Amino acid sequence: MGLSLTRAAQWTPASSGTGKLESTPMNESLLKEILSFAEQFGSQHPQEALHVFQEPLQWSTTLMASDFKTDYDISDSDVQSNERDSEGLPLLQLSPPTVSVRSFSQLSKLVHLAEDKKVEEVQACLEENRYPVVKILGSIVASILQGEDTDTDVLSLVDKVKDQGKDSEVKVKLFLFLRNLDNKLLSKCLEEIAGKIRLDPTAVKNEVDSLKQSSIEGEKRVLKSIQYTSDYIFSNGCRAPPWRQVHGEMCYLVIEPCDTETLCVTCSTAGVFLNGGVKQEGEESGYERTSDVHRDLRTLLKSRSPHFAENINTQDFAVQEPPSTQKVQHVEPVDAEERGQPQSSYEQREKNVNENARQSLYKTGGEKKYEPCPRWRNLGLTSPCGEAEEKKRSKSSGEEKSDGIQKRKRGAGAKGKMKAEFSASSLPGRPSSQKIKTSAGSMSLDAFSESSSESEEEEEQPERRQESNTDLPSEYWQIQKLVKYLKGGDQTATVLTLCAMMDFNLMQETCQLAIRDVGGLEVLINLLDTDEVKCKIGSLKILRKISHNVQIRRAIVDMGGLQSIVRILDSPVKDLKALAAETISNVARFRRARRTVRQYGGIKKLVKLLDCVPNLASLSANQEKDVEVARCGALALWSCSKSTKNKEAIRKAVGIPLLGRLLQSPHENMLIPVVGTLQECASEESYRIAIQTEGMIKDLVKNLSSDNDELQMHCASAIFKCAEGKQTRDLVREYKGLQPLASLLSKASNKQLLAAATGAIWKCSISMENVAKFQEYKALETLVGLLTNQPEEVLVNVVGAVGEFARIPANKAIIRKCGGIKSLVNLLTGTNQALLVNVTNAVGACATDMDNMAIIDQLDGVRLVWSLLKNPSAEVQSSAAWALCPCINNAKDAGEMVRSLVGGLELIVNLLKSTNNEVLASICAAIAKIAKDKENLAVLTDHGVVPLLAKQTNTTDDRLRRHLAEAIGHCCMWGSNKASFGDAGAVAPLVRYLKSKDKEVHQSTAMALYQLSKDPNNCITMHEKGVVKPLIHLMGSDEEMLQEAAAGCVRNIRLLAQANRNAVLFN
Amino acid sequence: MSEMSAMNRKVIQTLAETISKHAEHFNKTEVEFLIREFNVLLGEQTVSGRAVPGLDRGTFRSILHNIFGMTDDMIMDGVFRTFDKDNDSFVSMKEWVEGLSVFLRGTLEEQIKYCFHVYDLNGDNYVSREEMFHMLKNSLIRQPTEEDPDEGIKDLVEITLKKMDYDHDGRLSFTDFEKSVREENLLLEAFGTCLPDTTSIESFEHHVFQEQLEQ
Repeated sequence: MGLSLTRAAQWTPASSGTGKLESTPMNESLLKEILSFAEQFGSQHPQEALHVFQEPLQWSTTLMASDFKTDYDISDSDVQSNERDSEGLPLLQLSPPTVSVRSFSQLSKLVHLAEDKKVEEVQACLEENRYPVVKILGSIVASILQGEDTDTDVLSLVDKVKDQGKDSEVKVKLFLFLRNLDNKLLSKCLEEIAGKIRLDPTAVKNEVDSLKQSSIEGEKRVLKSIQYTSDYIFSNGCRAPPWRQVHGEMCYLVIEPCDTETLCVTCSTAGVFLNGGVKQEGEESGYERTSDVHRDLRTLLKSRSPHFAENINTQDFAVQEPPSTQKVQHVEPVDAEERGQPQSSYEQREKNVNENARQSLYKTGGEKKYEPCPRWRNLGLTSPCGEAEEKKRSKSSGEEKSDGIQKRKRGAGAKGKMKAEFSASSLPGRPSSQKIKTSAGSMSLDAFSESSSESEEEEEQPERRQESNTDLPSEYWQIQKLVKYLKGGDQTATVLTLCAMMDFNLMQETCQLAIRDVGGLEVLINLLDTDEVKCKIGSLKILRKISHNVQIRRAIVDMGGLQSIVRILDSPVKDLKALAAETISNVARFRRARRTVRQYGGIKKLVKLLDCVPNLASLSANQEKDVEVARCGALALWSCSKSTKNKEAIRKAVGIPLLGRLLQSPHENMLIPVVGTLQECASEESYRIAIQTEGMIKDLVKNLSSDNDELQMHCASAIFKCAEGKQTRDLVREYKGLQPLASLLSKASNKQLLAAATGAIWKCSISMENVAKFQEYKALETLVGLLTNQPEEVLVNVVGAVGEFARIPANKAIIRKCGGIKSLVNLLTGTNQALLVNVTNAVGACATDMDNMAIIDQLDGVRLVWSLLKNPSAEVQSSAAWALCPCINNAKDAGEMVRSLVGGLELIVNLLKSTNNEVLASICAAIAKIAKDKENLAVLTDHGVVPLLAKQTNTTDDRLRRHLAEAIGHCCMWGSNKASFGDAGAVAPLVRYLKSKDKEVHQSTAMALYQLSKDPNNCITMHEKGVVKPLIHLMGSDEEMLQEAAAGCVRNIRLLAQANRNAVLFN
Repeated sequence: MSEMSAMNRKVIQTLAETISKHAEHFNKTEVEFLIREFNVLLGEQTVSGRAVPGLDRGTFRSILHNIFGMTDDMIMDGVFRTFDKDNDSFVSMKEWVEGLSVFLRGTLEEQIKYCFHVYDLNGDNYVSREEMFHMLKNSLIRQPTEEDPDEGIKDLVEITLKKMDYDHDGRLSFTDFEKSVREENLLLEAFGTCLPDTTSIESFEHHVFQEQLEQ
């Protein structure tokens, strides 16, 4: 009674103290329930009714002394009951207008006496006794019992309250009665909610899931975290407690944006708004709305978090097609017209064919049906919600309409049956909102363990269902009939029917979905497990077509059909093998399917299919079939190879040499899947090595000259990935692959091909010999032309290539002459990080040419590069800093230019706090250049460059050491910096640098030590650390600079020693 | 006795030579073995002692049933009719070898002809609606609830006709049949299994060609 009274009942706003119960229908029905409970208590539980309340229930009554009859001691207007407690006090006492009652027996008697005023009496009683349970049982017992109420049984409750008094057993019983009443009241409320408010938790859930997916994953995350306050999900899909569901609230979220404080959000039917801070279920405060109501989470977040607003738009694709996690399979979309699902077909299907076996397979899909916890189970929540669900469904499902109405009319009496139907409809396999991942509250990362290199990864999407309100197409009925014959036909009839089915346009979605919706998919999959070759062939011929449909693929996997198809790969019948492999190539477009193929040993079997001789001049009919089987096998492997683990599995099954053999095939339709697989797998180091050592580069290069765009693209893309290795790059040149690559640049209309070709050129041009070769074909001129008006994936590669080309001085001029500098500088304003890394590289490379630098300066390129230091990506930061070095070196009036960048020096000094060594090294290099200008050095010093540099000196990274020493050397030139470095403990580590094996480190360290040695204290430290010996060694170097610096340093140390001795001698 | 069998061998060899000219998928040795097998089967059949011109319907059907696993009476009769080219109710030695040539190793073209012949129950060179109905009538589980239990079959016949009857004359000519099968090979045995599957072919050939060789 506690819960329902405090939460379900609607109190007037002044809810503290003596609030009034509002007269709403819900409250009225609550009152009636409580009334009948009180009325019957005396007769139903006479013993418990005698229990004396801890405190009397007191309220102002309208009853008069005259209303009381026998059993009461009436004196004037006062009344006392004859019934008394052990101490002789009356259990009922009336002194108008106050009445106080101390037992249920009196309470029920009083209610009887009140007759037509009994409702008012109960209302008054409740209004004035807001916590009746506490009064009845005593606050201690009540709180114990309340605390234990979830799943303990009566006995243990009794144990708990044993020491609270000997009548504890009665108390417990009383409490249980009250709790039952409470539960009953709550469930009644929920029934009312279900009737009135259309809660739509799936919409919220979808949005939350998609936000989780798109926002928290990956580098471009827009939110820190998004969590439900409660993992518990009610059977209607809501997470809010029922007494809040009354208000249309469905769940509460705690969202941590990247840039503002944590938001506590309520999702309700009215929309989404901030609340006072519901962080955990059960906290009573904090449900109040504290913000405007927004349409959905996204709009709310956009208004609260600028970072979110800025970044979510770049992820529009994710917004439109929210990928759900694997475990949350098929989230049903929410819009009413989309929900239309011909329920009947499912039920029919469920009844039909072979169900048991299949269903058990379904269940292995890792799904758990959410079981309500015991506390709620006995509330009978399931049925009202089921009813609500059904109502919703019948609204949209035309053919179900009459049926649905009937069901509704059956009402409470048919609850049992309805429950059964409800659970049937939520069987796995039917996408429904009832299937809820147990750990939905937190992100489960294991689902994503299988990475994919493919950006165009097909994610499992929420299912779209056709509207069933519209007239079903005639195909639907024809297919339904055929499926009926399939189910009841022998082999001959089955084959005839399958042939008839093939005559439908199976590439059309209507037909594909019709087959599924009338239960044809199960039958087709069942046929795969029979011994009839013809039936299997017929079935696969249909499956390979309809599996072009995303939903069908998923359904096939859900039904365990993929296992059967994988099994067929072992068949001796070649037609069957080919068809099965082709079907797999369609089905395995999503991660879960690919995993299934692997887990059932499919990869091995597919690799086995590849074994044939593809390049014979004349093939026998049999060999031709083998080649076809191999082609289909390659197609399937291509699809499968999008999962990293499958790549590994193909390699382990010795698939690479077989692919290499097929690569010699003269047929395009064979080459495309083979090269497709290879380029997909080339993301793995092991494959790149194998492709090179198995001599496949030659064939890949050969096929670059094919006249099939797709084949050229895959070849180029394979070379792109493989050319990370020098040997591969050399092989491409040896096999004369550079020319065809350069000529692919003319196919500017096919962007995918262009991206692959430019990628291959980029990687190949890492070798200088290749750049020279490319120049013979005027590749650079074409590349510079491609710097504008291209999609990003092309631009990244083009710019990368230009950057590599620009390492040759002559090419720098060519880039300038072709107007490349301007294009490059324009690209500095982009947002794609990969592109920015390459652009800054290229700009840096170009800036080593004075004429180029003039143009860059004129275009304000340095400012743009400088501002990229603010980019969050460490890679962009470091490449921007590297690019700054030549810019500062070669700019006219560099010092003035640097000073003109407001806040630029502070920015660069602050980057010394980075934890990324590459960033640190590049920044040190830049600081060394900047510090050549004294004024700038002064500013750097003011920004605290000295301690920051000193702090990094303990590094062991030679690349960083070199630039760090250089920076320190240059920073010594100002004021007391030399001494400051010494004070900051930078000297001793620098001495250790001399033990490094890197010559470059020696040089910059010697320079730095020379500068530092101008401070006597530093000399002492150096000497202590044994700097002299290595310096003397360095003096013997061939490098003049090094010699000079080392000698200078030793001289300074020596001079100090001399001065010291003189001081000792002469004082 | 050895003289007899030597004599016999000679006869068989000559016979094999003539017959193998007509049965293109068997070589001479294989034809010899098939003749022997024929003789064995014939020997089992002659109980009355009276010489007969070949395998009679009953014997032939039991071969189809026991060795090739066929069950449908109508189809088995059709196969017998197809083997028995001269329509004398006996499958002669020549018919046996020639028939098996198509039955076991026929090309698609030969098998299309063969199957069409099997399905053309009345021999009028057409497979009519009625013939189809006849052959398919046991192919569907009848729904007792339906008013006309044959409705499904009739519908199936119509569907099939719609698919295969290219000249729209309401019956299948050989051209219709051939065209359909070439388009979709699965339709070769459209109206019932009348060709052996790979396993039974293998076991029969093994039995006839290998085991006899070992004797």
